[in-house]
Amino acid sequence: MGVEQKLGTMGIVTTSLENVVNWARTNSMWPMLFGLACCAIEMMGAQAASYDMSRFGMELMRASPRQSDLMIVAGRVSRKMAPVLRQLYDQMPSPKWVIAMGDCAACGGIFNNYAILQGVDEIVPVDIYVAGCPPRPEGLIHGIITLHEKVKTEKLKEWA
Amino acid sequence: MAIDPKLAACIASLQERFGCRQEEFRGEITLYLTPEMIISALTALRDEFGFEFLVDVTAVDYWLNQEPRFQVVYHLRSIAQGWIICLRVPVTTVPPALPTAEKVYPSANWYEREVWDLFGIRFEGHSDLRRIVLPYDWAGHPLRKDYPLGYEEVQFTFNQEEIMVHKPHPKS
Amino acid sequence: MSEIREVSVDELKHLVSDRARSGENMLLNMGPQHPSTHGVLRLLLELDGEIVISCVPDIGFLHTGVEKNMEAKTYQKAEVMTDRLDYLNPPGNNLTYCLAIEKLCEIDVPPRAQAIRVILLELTRLSSHLLWLGTSGLDLAAMSVFLYAMREREKIMDIMEMVSGQRMMTTYIRPGGVWRDVPPEFDAAVQDFCNIMPARIDEYEAILTNNSLFLDRTKGIGVISVEDCLRYAISGPILRAAGMAYDLRKALPYCGYEQYEFTIPTHTDSDIFARYSVRVAEMRQSVRIIQQALDKLPSGPVRSNNRKYIPPPRSEIGVSMESLIHHFKLWTEGFHAPKGSVYVATESPRGELGVFLESDGSPKPYRVHFRTPSFANLQIMPLLTRGHFVADTVGIIGSIDIVLGDADR
Repeated sequence: MGVEQKLGTMGIVTTSLENVVNWARTNSMWPMLFGLACCAIEMMGAQAASYDMSRFGMELMRASPRQSDLMIVAGRVSRKMAPVLRQLYDQMPSPKWVIAMGDCAACGGIFNNYAILQGVDEIVPVDIYVAGCPPRPEGLIHGIITLHEKVKTEKLKEWA
Repeated sequence: MAIDPKLAACIASLQERFGCRQEEFRGEITLYLTPEMIISALTALRDEFGFEFLVDVTAVDYWLNQEPRFQVVYHLRSIAQGWIICLRVPVTTVPPALPTAEKVYPSANWYEREVWDLFGIRFEGHSDLRRIVLPYDWAGHPLRKDYPLGYEEVQFTFNQEEIMVHKPHPKS
Repeated sequence: MSEIREVSVDELKHLVSDRARSGENMLLNMGPQHPSTHGVLRLLLELDGEIVISCVPDIGFLHTGVEKNMEAKTYQKAEVMTDRLDYLNPPGNNLTYCLAIEKLCEIDVPPRAQAIRVILLELTRLSSHLLWLGTSGLDLAAMSVFLYAMREREKIMDIMEMVSGQRMMTTYIRPGGVWRDVPPEFDAAVQDFCNIMPARIDEYEAILTNNSLFLDRTKGIGVISVEDCLRYAISGPILRAAGMAYDLRKALPYCGYEQYEFTIPTHTDSDIFARYSVRVAEMRQSVRIIQQALDKLPSGPVRSNNRKYIPPPRSEIGVSMESLIHHFKLWTEGFHAPKGSVYVATESPRGELGVFLESDGSPKPYRVHFRTPSFANLQIMPLLTRGHFVADTVGIIGSIDIVLGDADR
């Protein structure tokens, strides 16, 4: 299965530019290497051999926000970390997406107190929320595939 | 749990020297000291009785329950003997302050910074008394009992709209 | 949200040299987002060329307010917060907190629960050391050991899930015992793990111990003396790598550790490689302890019968009115612990983990304080890094084995 089967004898595929761009974006999404707390351990588990996130074109975790287009907020965000996280988000080039992994990043989780941001959506726009404390690696992978589905339906004119 | 007779002798000699009150609970010995005595007591414990390991420095806030309001708690351990001893110092001054133990036990540096950060107890003579876990511009000391927990109401389907109005959200 | 305020060098002038203020030495900010700081640690490095002159750690980017939040919950409900402190050692945190409650309220623990606790604790120690091995290998550019270590870690996660239903945050150890008895397939799974593990540890050693690239990055780097360790209250593998055989499991045994035969591995070099050797040797001892505990796992109840503090078993609730009342009271109002304060310490994979618990007689803890090993151990970063290259800083952070959730709380 590959593009060859669609080519036929003509060597041409007709599709819309939107489809091609979204297809490319979903299959080479580079997440930012950015672990905060417990969920980061499960994120590492998702990258390791048993779950192998590289099956979805994301084996390359970039340490620099300038080279990445997906931010996985893995863990609780404290008030001290919040400005840093927003700065990292601002440094990422567009188009960019955010996954709030785990309950703490999604809504504050069990830590309803002075130190923890009640959901990372207070400071960055979130595309996908993954529930769990921490979510299993399968949960994260499900979140990523859901994000892929979302990206596939994006319209180019919305980015313009 | 019975107290080791050697430890009891050590406590007795400390009590004689500093005139401090002793309390025992569940086999743990607590000595109550005054702020003036604490540094000489720590030095004596380290040099004469072999308590070479400062386990912990923390504080307890007895707001509205007890006077004086704060007590600073030191835990010391003697590795060779396997003893642990607890020292408590009621902080009598307002604003609360104590002499620093950093010169006796260098590990007290960060512990005291933490107590300053979360309780607002100053340690006089400390080399680097900055906030340690909270942002530099934070107002208040959260572990004090009069500091609110900062609980935010949980969002459910019935009150979602109401809470969304107050939530700070980014302009993407 | 507060704005980002830059801290001027003037505020830190007592921590950096005059050359840094005049601009001759470079000030480099490492973290809080950096792939090898193992979380959100920030280091301010003063550099002369590539040599570290001084290092100012800045923690608190994961400050969670756990101690404050626990004061607002009852004793049982506060326990879930302890898992998330040191997220590589959740049963150890549960245990320390439960031991403090048990000491405060004088609750007995049945022998079967003790043995199950020991098995889970040692499994957690193994999983924590495996993750440390993988990530600190990754920091020193040894990619493959990460994949091997995570492979075995998944086996431990599966056992944890089998007994508690959660992979990481188990909350399985409860005051007075454990949540419920282990499932029947537990013994076989742990035995299976004990059988394969020694050979797997040999595999990791084959990759790293004689690897000259690894040795060059680890030998003679980050040395600290025993005296300095004690002055700075360092415990755990760092202290043992400096040559002092101090382990709370031997010194002040809890959970029946005195019944098991194991040795305390030590080393004398006190560098990164010594810490690596100590941790790998500790993994072998952990397998030994698990095997012994599994061989003589006693039968019997897994939870204390002290109904004043411990909820009755689920099976009794349907048939006994008193049990229903006890259950309801314990989970709504909570239990009234005696007035007083206790300090309990256990050996976590990183060092001495202590809980200071003060009760005022109400169902909520008046003050909970965690004496966490990472917080104390991180304090020696300036001592360890002085005079080394920037690249070695990465290895040194890895060798301390910090968990920022543990340090910031």
